[in-house]
Amino acid sequence: MEKMPTLEEIEATVGREIYRVTAPPVSLSDIRKHAIAVYWPEKPPRLFWDEEYARQTSWGGIVAPEDFNPFAWPIEGPGRFPCGVTVPDSARTFNGGSDAEYFTPIRPGDIITAADTVAEVYQRTGRTGRLLFLVSETRWTNQRDELVKTQRGTRVVVLES
Amino acid sequence: MAGIDIYFEDVSEGQEVPPFQRTTDLMYWNRFAAVNDEFVYVHMDDEFAKQRGEKGVLAMGHLSFSHLHNMLRAWIGDSGRIKRVSCQYRRINYKGDTVTSRGRVVKKYGHEGDNLVDLEVWVENQNGEIITPGKATVALPSRK
Repeated sequence: MEKMPTLEEIEATVGREIYRVTAPPVSLSDIRKHAIAVYWPEKPPRLFWDEEYARQTSWGGIVAPEDFNPFAWPIEGPGRFPCGVTVPDSARTFNGGSDAEYFTPIRPGDIITAADTVAEVYQRTGRTGRLLFLVSETRWTNQRDELVKTQRGTRVVVLES
Repeated sequence: MAGIDIYFEDVSEGQEVPPFQRTTDLMYWNRFAAVNDEFVYVHMDDEFAKQRGEKGVLAMGHLSFSHLHNMLRAWIGDSGRIKRVSCQYRRINYKGDTVTSRGRVVKKYGHEGDNLVDLEVWVENQNGEIITPGKATVALPSRK
């Protein structure tokens, strides 16, 4: 059975790039499916599936919703949360929070690369016991090396409840 | 230009954003799992979730994150821009819960040529408990 790494081992990962991965080109269908899933059962906005409409907007064509994830269905899965730290399967973990900033939009045909770094590691004692917070920072860029998004994600591991 | 629903000049501090509401179940979550790579047992299998000490299967936090974006997008229209969204997943969204995303304007200001609006945003459940508090910044078109 895997053991929880020590706090020192985890702290040693701060600032380190955990992975860098490039997604296959974003297709119209990828964007449409994401929009359908997050708006279900309502019809998603035309901006995400109707090129004729989208051309008349200030975007000039179909764009992906800001919350779109081009890394679903990975051929080679990147390391999952919690950000490069291997936590035993038996550990109780949950998503603590998200903080995303958006820059250039994602359009059909774009090739997005994500680079993940461990930003911060800390412990707190909360309502549910002793908790370990693993904060990762992800930068997404497109094929022209334009910044698309930066996102901080917090993974919480329950150490003692 | 298509898709202009609201201008910066129409917004005032304290103004509330029309809510976005969904009642959540397994089929709804599974559809989202497929587009966000969230094939995780705690979101899909009640027995597994109970073994983990949960009351039952629970929603993925990122779906609340998407709901907050949907709410903002419907309000700002296709000419607005979502600049930043942050939130904390404080309480669990269980199967069958009705979750409502809400927002309120905190501040409007100009910055580097953009007309920005800061909002307090949150997701609450059918008992009125805030499960996901957060913040957002959007940019709006101007009449000027």
